[in-house]
Amino acid sequence: MPTFDLAITPLRDLNQALHDVAPGSNDLHFEVINPRGSHAVACGVSAPVAIDVQGNVGYYCGGMNEDATITIHGSAGPGVGENMMSGTIVVKGDASQYAGATACGGMLVIEGNASSRCGISMKGVDIVVRGSIGHMSAFMAQAGNLVVLGDAGDALGDSLYEAKIFVRGSVKSLGADCIPKAMKPKHLERLARLLEKAGITDVKPEEFKRYGSARKLYTFHVDNADAY
Amino acid sequence: MCGIVGLFLKDKSLEPKLGEMLSTMLVTMTDRGPDSAGIAIYGGAAGSEAKITVQSPTPAKDFAGLQAELEQALGQAISVEAKSTHAVITLPRDKLEEGRAALSELRPDIRIMSSGDAIEIYKETGLPRDVVQRFGVAGMSGTHGIGHTRMATESAVTTLGAHPFSTGSDQCLVHNGSLSNHNNLRRELKHQGMRFETENDSEVAAAYLTAEMAKGKNLGEALEGAVDDLDGFFTFVVGTKSGFGVLRDAIACKPAVMAETDQYVAFGSEYRALVSLPGIEAARVWEPEPATVYFWEH
Repeated sequence: MPTFDLAITPLRDLNQALHDVAPGSNDLHFEVINPRGSHAVACGVSAPVAIDVQGNVGYYCGGMNEDATITIHGSAGPGVGENMMSGTIVVKGDASQYAGATACGGMLVIEGNASSRCGISMKGVDIVVRGSIGHMSAFMAQAGNLVVLGDAGDALGDSLYEAKIFVRGSVKSLGADCIPKAMKPKHLERLARLLEKAGITDVKPEEFKRYGSARKLYTFHVDNADAY
Repeated sequence: MCGIVGLFLKDKSLEPKLGEMLSTMLVTMTDRGPDSAGIAIYGGAAGSEAKITVQSPTPAKDFAGLQAELEQALGQAISVEAKSTHAVITLPRDKLEEGRAALSELRPDIRIMSSGDAIEIYKETGLPRDVVQRFGVAGMSGTHGIGHTRMATESAVTTLGAHPFSTGSDQCLVHNGSLSNHNNLRRELKHQGMRFETENDSEVAAAYLTAEMAKGKNLGEALEGAVDDLDGFFTFVVGTKSGFGVLRDAIACKPAVMAETDQYVAFGSEYRALVSLPGIEAARVWEPEPATVYFWEH
């Protein structure tokens, strides 16, 4: 198992080694120590490797991730998992603003709290937050699922498209065009699947409320289609 | 983008190391603001003395003979300690206003960075590492301090455009962000008698807090008002003689991380700024909430 100590090894060496993992390689477990808030740790990985990051990271950890399983044994700075395509990122601590922004696939699990703009413009990722999330989360979220075991801040799901939001606690306020929706059996099944995948066994899907787009904004009216 | 660091000590045994700790923190924020850097350090408040920190573009000329000329003008022994482009003038507190007036007569080109019982401000253009080195910040002791690395957006890269800004006795402010109603607010504050040295938006925020505190508010109350009265993006860290405050606007897109232990409260634009602090692994680390005033006092 290769170990990279970022106190003595340049970040580029780590990321290059991760980008160089060849198909069929057997050395698929990496450990990163002393990240000390570094930016762009394990960015752009596109191999089915497991990466354990021992400590806190800065901006954009695991950005653009494809296939890798990244576990951050600490907290993450802004933009963790930004634009991830697939794979799994687990943050054992808290995540700063815009976690999972624009992410297209895979799963992002935040075991602590996430800050503002969690899942902004998400495009297919599944985000599960064990704690609470900040204001403007899921702003313009297009596809995927945002599951929050705690509370949500102001303006949740503003200008939402097709993403689904499940919140177990309170919602401080809903954003424009975001409304509570009925939890149907198919949604309970979906939520159960997401919780299971995130390794969460101590809460039940029935404890959540579902939120989604009312589809009333001008973008949803065909009369406005030629405005762009 | 700018970088902010701040350190408010609870444990007196760390006071001799304040400058060293702040310098290390500041240099980690170089890539957030390589244009200019500045530091406000609070310490050495002694009895009936006050301090004025001044800056000169031509220190060799301006600081030569300054002590003797000021002593003659004030009829009083004072001290002048030159540090590169800055000098700290220590004088009796009851001579502070007289001293400031004499300074502007004797050396019209000198700029006053700060005045008060405890505050000293050092700021210049250039890389943070070079700025802290030229003033010997690492060797300074104190109770609390605030540093800033600047990437200019709203006004020119000059010494006076660097942070911290001080608009009142023992007060200072650093800012990451940009204000959108600063011109109007500056006009209103001028009507209230505030004076401005620059066209910088952050100076307006500092002057706003000074004006509010002059009405009898404490720092925490003045910051509460700023949430409503200041428009734009901001993360502020502010200092007073005994206090240390943090405020982010309601949108809170400018980054901020805080850490607290039994020994200190620390602020960084990023966690990287905090990693060198003692006991950081066991500290309570959190992101300050939007539109929420955080305020500590000795």
